[in-house]
Order: sequence, then structure tokens, then C-alpha cells
Amino acid sequence: MSVVIEATDLERDYSVSRGAFREPAVVRALAGATFRVESGHTLAVVGESGCGKSTLARLVTMIEPATGGSLVIDGVDVGGADRRAIRALRKTVQIVFQNPYGSLNPRQKVGSILEEPLVINTSLSAEERRTKALDMLRRVGLRPEHYGRYPHMFSGGQRQRIGIARALMLEPKIVVLDEPVSALDVSIQAQILNLLADLQDQFGLTYIFISHDLSVVRFVADDVMVMYLGHPVEIAPVADIFQRPLHPYTRALLSATPVADPEKRQQKTKLEGELPSPFDPPSGCPFHPRCAFKREPICTGERPPLMHAGRTLHACYGIAEGWIPEEPEAPLSA
Amino acid sequence: MPLLEIRNLSVTFATAAGPFTAVDGVDLDVDGGEVVAIVGESGSGKSVAMLAVMGLLPKTATVTADCLTFGDEDLFALSPHRRRSLIGKDIAMIFQEPMSSLNPCFSVGFQIGEALKKHLGMDRAARRQRSVELLNEVGIPEPERRLAAFPHQLSGGMSQRVMIAMAISCRPKLLIADEPTTALDVTIQAQILDLLVTLQTETGMGLVLITHSMGVVAETAQRVVVQYAGQKVEQQLVGGLFAKPHHPYTVALLDALPDRATSDRLPAIPGVVPGQGDRPSGCLFNPRCTFATEVCRKVAPPKQPRALGSARCHYPRNARQEAA
Repeated sequence: MSVVIEATDLERDYSVSRGAFREPAVVRALAGATFRVESGHTLAVVGESGCGKSTLARLVTMIEPATGGSLVIDGVDVGGADRRAIRALRKTVQIVFQNPYGSLNPRQKVGSILEEPLVINTSLSAEERRTKALDMLRRVGLRPEHYGRYPHMFSGGQRQRIGIARALMLEPKIVVLDEPVSALDVSIQAQILNLLADLQDQFGLTYIFISHDLSVVRFVADDVMVMYLGHPVEIAPVADIFQRPLHPYTRALLSATPVADPEKRQQKTKLEGELPSPFDPPSGCPFHPRCAFKREPICTGERPPLMHAGRTLHACYGIAEGWIPEEPEAPLSA
Repeated sequence: MPLLEIRNLSVTFATAAGPFTAVDGVDLDVDGGEVVAIVGESGSGKSVAMLAVMGLLPKTATVTADCLTFGDEDLFALSPHRRRSLIGKDIAMIFQEPMSSLNPCFSVGFQIGEALKKHLGMDRAARRQRSVELLNEVGIPEPERRLAAFPHQLSGGMSQRVMIAMAISCRPKLLIADEPTTALDVTIQAQILDLLVTLQTETGMGLVLITHSMGVVAETAQRVVVQYAGQKVEQQLVGGLFAKPHHPYTVALLDALPDRATSDRLPAIPGVVPGQGDRPSGCLFNPRCTFATEVCRKVAPPKQPRALGSARCHYPRNARQEAA
């Protein structure tokens, strides 16, 4: 297996104006993300709003440049590459957006939505483009007569299929899925998840699957990266995350996820408070103000680096030094 | 006698393309001290049914019912004046989007105080004191300071807490929560659900929880009503619903959940919820149902007995054990 995405200490800062007479504030939306994704695998990125999931998506799709660290996609260093190389690389990474209602141009017909990437990036004739678009419609489970219709004539699930078809038109190797099913109903969600799995097999795609829904993640992912306030706090194979979660935040997240089984109503590890403001992040471990296991001064001192524990990478001093006991039974394990 | 009694409630909207039945013959009883969940996908009429109870539907809606009573009040016969003194006091509602349900022009304190002034006639000092108590109750830190805050200064979880504080300010007998946690993160969702259930147990009010998440249902509800395309298709206690669902739609809905997946493909429900133009004849679920027969396509299904979850189906599932 070859590694198609390798990120090392990836960072992204945004400066935010605070009015005419004050220095602009700097928000570190992504702080030191280190991960690698193997070809044909699915990396799920989980976390609450404001944890930097979408910023990560914008960096991997090269919509925005990173402000620190390095990102290597398909063997090309994104930071050091020239414009021509980046342009070529953009074809290999495509994105499917969260909201199927907002991400399709209401004035374009489905045909021209699908063909636009080809018009921009290839020199195919109109006839070839049409053939490709019709073929892609079939592959995502839509019919040829949908070619000439407008987005408003479709249901949410069908629109998400159009979004997926558009992302696949340039035959990318990597597809970033930014909450692709969170706007959909359960029955439709299942259809789209099946479609994504089929397409991954057919085209050998690598997915970065961004989601806040752990039950979906458990179903689709090979590896999971849990993020908190711009930091990855735990990276592990999917089975390990669900059966042997290490980081206290991962545990809290698992415990907070409602389980569709009334027999398993359980005492939740309740997480107090809310995410701290990213303008004024806590010192040391970003999770320490809400953590039940924190010990001063180590947790408030320096930010914990990613450390190995078996197949898991985690950023928690308590786990490394062993004062946080392992959980006997993970809440979501079947 | 139940607190809220609904018999054969139907809501029809007059649209440009003709009448559209959003709620079709729904029955529901809610007792005080009970948590009832209404589940269904978008377009199943779960919110509209409850908005009809609150009298909050627009003029284009025609509401009919054989019976719609709250306590000993007939909600149809109420004078507008009496309705205004009932809604917001004895029946309160929490809306789906906390960010857009609060008025951006007024401070949190003013908005909470409004109900206290109108319904309980409290003076300024009493209102302030009670608002602080309420914010404390819903777990907002530094309530005195928060009273002066405007909605845009609050996070989603905080706004939802304010909405809850407003809803419970007059100690309602019935609280209707319309997707109270859909817009929130899971850890905040857990906090809010916890809060709602605690308040419900402490005050003994009835709680109607409208949701599309089976997980939320499993963790909070006592009794569950499943709606599909405006009809109530099944009603059971929560344990029974998850263990032995009777209506094929409930079965399919549970199977489609990723947390219940047994293979690497999900048993998805084909097709979509029927809309205005494509309502099928016979059973509304028949085009998507794996068990549908010729009968299902022609004849509207009867309501099965209570033991079979009052399922609206010709061939209820998991039926043998019950009959024996």
C-alpha cells in the first residue's frame, strides 16, 4: 500500500480583524495535524464544530495554502510545488460538500454541472464530455433523463448523488467528503453510504471522511482521527477507537453519542462546559479545562505531542504516564 | 384522562398545486410525567402536527380533528384570548433552531421576562430574580451577566438553553421539544437531553420529543410514535419498538442505521418519502416496502390491535409471537 497523503505538523492560521484600532487577532484553526492516508483507505476526521475539520478539508483540497508544516499529496509537496504542478494536482483531489442544496448552482442543468470540470481541465469535445457525464450519472444511480434537469427538481439524496458525480468527473484519486450525509434522512443516508462504498471499490478511491456522527464513522472508516480545537488528539484504526478509546475526549465523545438501543442506556461520562474560544486557547493540553483526569502542572504546561500506544497515536500525558486507567468496556462496542 | 388527547388530527395546506395533506389522521395521547417521542424522516408531518396543537400554523392550513383537548380545554373551541393565556404558559414549545428562534433585537433577560410578565404578572425585580433562577437551572454560568447578553453573543448550546429556560419559565404542564438538539454537537446534545429529562422528572410535566434520530429516542423516550408521510404507522413502548418493530417501515428504518449494520452494506430503503404529487394508492409505504403485495398497492391498510403497535399495515412483522 502506498501513502497518498502525508501531513506533518500542518497548520493554518487566520487573522481576524477586531476593529480599526486594535491588532488583528490570530486564530489557529488547525494546529499541528500529523497523519497519513494510504491509497484506497478511508480516514475519518471526527470532532465538534470549531475543531478544524473543515479547515483540514480546505487544505487537503488546496483551496487554501497551509501556514505551517508540510503536506505531501500523491508524492508532490504542496508547499514547495509551482503553480503548474498544483494545478495538475488539484485534479487528483476533489471534494463533496455537506449541503446538497447549497453546493449546486440552481441555474445550471445537471449536465453542465457535471461537464464544467471537464471544460476547465481537459480538452475533450462536447460529445465526449456528454458521454462521460451520462456514464457518471448511471454510476451514481441517476437516470440519463436527469441530464437536462435543474437541481431544484431533485430530492436531497439525489442532489448529493449529483455532488458526488461532479467530484468524480475528473477521475480523482482522493475525495474529501465533508459531512456528506449529515443533511440527509436515515433511509437516504444509507443509500448514499452504500453508493460511496461501491464507488470506492470501483475507482480505488481514497476518502477523507469528515463527520461528527460516530455511528457513521464506525461504518465507513479504516482509520479515525479525533480532533479537538485544531489539534488531533487521537489517531487509530477504527476498531481500536471504538473498542479501546484512549484519550479522555474520545471517550467523552463516544459516551455522548446516542446509541439506538434502549437496552444500553448508560450513565454517561458527561462533559462539562463547551469548547473554549479559539482566540484564547488554553495552555498545554487543549482539552484540560474539561478533562476529568487532568493533573497540574503537567497538563497545563506544555502541549502534549502525539505519542504511540500500540497502533494508536494519542496526545495525552495521562495515558502516556498511566494515571488514566483503560476503560473496561467501550460504550459503543457491539 | 390524558393531558393531551388528539384523535384523528389532519392538517391540509392549500398550495398552488392543490391541497396537500401534511398530517393524515394522527392519534396521540400524552400523560403528565411521560416522555413521548415522535420519530420520522423530514416530511413525515411530525412538526406540523405539534404546531397544530399550539395553533401556530399559517392561515393556509386547515386543521381538522375529532378531538383535540388539553386537560379539560377543547383547543378548537378556545377563544383567541384564552388561547393566548394557555399557550406559552401550560403548553410550551422549544423550536429546532435556537440561533434563529430567538429575537436578535432583544436581550436574553428581556425575552425570558416577557413570558413571566405576561403570564404570571411579575414585577421587574421578581422577573429578574426568576430569570436568574431559570438560567441557573438550565446550567448557564454567570446568569446575572448573561441576562444582558444578546442572542448573537451566545453559542448554539447556550441559545438552546435560553430557549429551554423560556419554555419552562411558567412551569408548563406539557413541553413540546421540536428537534431540540439537531443543530448541536454531540457532547452538547447529551447535556441538553440530560437537562430536559431531569426537568421533566423534577416537575412531572409531559414531554413530547420530536426527532429523527433513533439514538436520541432510544436514550430518552418511554413511548415512541413512528410517523411516515403524515400518518402514524406505529406506536410502542421504547423497548418493544427496538426489539420487535411491527411496521415494515420501522423495521427498515432501524435496519438502515449504521450502528446496527451487520455487513459492509447497509440495508437501505429504496426510493424517497412520497411528496404532494406522488402519493401512492393503498398503503403509503408500499412502493418502498419489501413485503408489499397487490393488496398493499390497492387497499389502505387497517390499524392493527394495540399488541401489534397499532401498526398501519396489512402484514405486520414480528406478529406470530404476539398472537400465540
